Amino acid sequence: MGEGLASPRPLGESRTTRLLLIGTALAFLGIFLFVPLVAVFVEALCRGVGVYWSAVTDPYAVSAIRLTLLVAGIAVPLNLSFGVAAAWAVTKFEFTGKSLLVTLIDLPFSVSPVISGMVYILLFGLQGWFGPWLLAHDIQLMFAVPGLVMATMFVTFPFVARELIPLMQEQGTDEEEAAVSLGAGGFQLFWRVTLPNIRWGLLYGVLLCNARAMGEFGAVSVVSGHIRGLTNTMPLHIEILYNEYNLVAAFAVASLLAVLALITLVAKSALEWRYGGELSRGGGS
Amino acid sequence: MKMTSLAGFRRGVAVVAACAALWTTGAQADTTLLNVSYDPTRELYSDINAAFIAHWKAESGETLTINQSHGGSGRQARSVIDGQPADIVTLALAYDIDAIADSGQIAPNWQQRLPDNSTPYTSTIVFVVRKGNPKGIKDWNDLVKPGLDIITPNPKTSGGARWNYLAAYGYALSQPGADDKAAQQFIRKLYKNVSVLDSGARGATISFSQRGLGDVLISWENDAYLAQQEAAADHLEIIYPSVSIRAEPPVSVVDAVVDRRGTRKVAEAYLQFLYTPEAQKIAAKWFYRPRLPEAAAAYPGRFPDVKLLTVDEVFGGWRHAQQVHFADKGVFDQIYDGGK
Repeated sequence: MGEGLASPRPLGESRTTRLLLIGTALAFLGIFLFVPLVAVFVEALCRGVGVYWSAVTDPYAVSAIRLTLLVAGIAVPLNLSFGVAAAWAVTKFEFTGKSLLVTLIDLPFSVSPVISGMVYILLFGLQGWFGPWLLAHDIQLMFAVPGLVMATMFVTFPFVARELIPLMQEQGTDEEEAAVSLGAGGFQLFWRVTLPNIRWGLLYGVLLCNARAMGEFGAVSVVSGHIRGLTNTMPLHIEILYNEYNLVAAFAVASLLAVLALITLVAKSALEWRYGGELSRGGGS
Repeated sequence: MKMTSLAGFRRGVAVVAACAALWTTGAQADTTLLNVSYDPTRELYSDINAAFIAHWKAESGETLTINQSHGGSGRQARSVIDGQPADIVTLALAYDIDAIADSGQIAPNWQQRLPDNSTPYTSTIVFVVRKGNPKGIKDWNDLVKPGLDIITPNPKTSGGARWNYLAAYGYALSQPGADDKAAQQFIRKLYKNVSVLDSGARGATISFSQRGLGDVLISWENDAYLAQQEAAADHLEIIYPSVSIRAEPPVSVVDAVVDRRGTRKVAEAYLQFLYTPEAQKIAAKWFYRPRLPEAAAAYPGRFPDVKLLTVDEVFGGWRHAQQVHFADKGVFDQIYDGGK
């Protein structure tokens, strides 16, 4: 992240090369990102604001929005604690299995989300390893909210830890060592030294984690069961609306997700602009 | 600053927990039924559920909530096998309910428990073409012409697609002097012309009608009418082939689930309701062929007489058809891999 923020030094390419590179990049962005984004809003609003409003206030849409917020509201704080713990362990201590842990954190990035959903079915579905036990104890994990949370957590695992590890590595352990030598306990050390140092990086990681949690489709599609009003998150609801010839409503709900993504982007850019120095260098307060 | 952020964090956690509790309890009020259905029945069951909720309220005073899930029939059966707590399954074909029965959750004799092989409505397979039928498609043998672009879903995941396949195969078999080898040759040529293999029938219909892909869609009769209704004026035409298949999408309660949840009585009442004149009329309204003739009579000309084959006559029942044609390394796998 940090390298891109340092001011670019001219490398001496000719003007045409530079223009060509910039033009290509912009054209790609325009065609593959910007135009589709505009299309979402155009489609959503093409029958007027009234239709748009009734689409996003439809009871099934509202329940999909609530479910999405609920799932993200559980998955993100859990991954936040996990991410901080993992990053702290990896950067401040030496232990066996450390490189394995670092590799495992990255696993969800390299595995297809569909597989992560299927693995949970394999473990907790009725025919799965723990299925009969769960049934006997009347616990419904798959095809219910807990399954959605688990699948979402799986795909958003790396975001916080991945953001923090390089930051904390760069900061080193000097300040912590100083605090300990002055008599700080573990909890005090974390709240007064480590956390203030990483807070902007942490926020940044949480934003990315949240954006992915709300937008995830593949993994939740496998474990959801697609029950309207109960286990349909926003991305799943959009697919259903689309399949019901209800294109305007599909794009209306999609536009809400797009707005969430845009807010995330703006917040992220604001963080980079305001605290870019801290994000890259990790200066203290 | 540090202490306030800690307090804020705690407050945040408390709010999230409270909201979670509120949301989950809110969703569990009253008696609920879950109907896991196949792809194109969305509109049908949306109406039937409303009618049954009123019917049940009048009969028992109980307020009922009916939840719906839709998807490719094979995939829906899979999720019930994997533990989706469906009280009722209303799938595209008998084999998918057989598969759930094989997992022990439905009694083996399920198809004898209700009238008409537990199939309250039927349908058939038709062609949908663009306005004016520019490719001149009249019958199954027009589909194997080189260069034609066919849309049909994947028989591995979609029930409708399996009916499509069997209808085509049955047509080929019914030609003079034809045998299984000739029929397989015909099917191979047909699937060579398929460009998009969606996972569910509705996805295929959307590909054809909304995204404008393909020259012809092989489709459920009911979904064809619905697509025609949804498309801009007169964009689509429905073609009835000389021979098609009687598609029987059956229904059943999931015994293991209704006994566990104590919903057997209402779930069985729901399925019996499907055979009443009220529900039969709704079925006809949404272009399903009702069992009661007077329900069909309300829509004269809607369900033309076509020569309809049945799976039992031509393929020796669904279990046999599934095993020979759609199982791993079955005929479909051979001709589809070989066709590419």
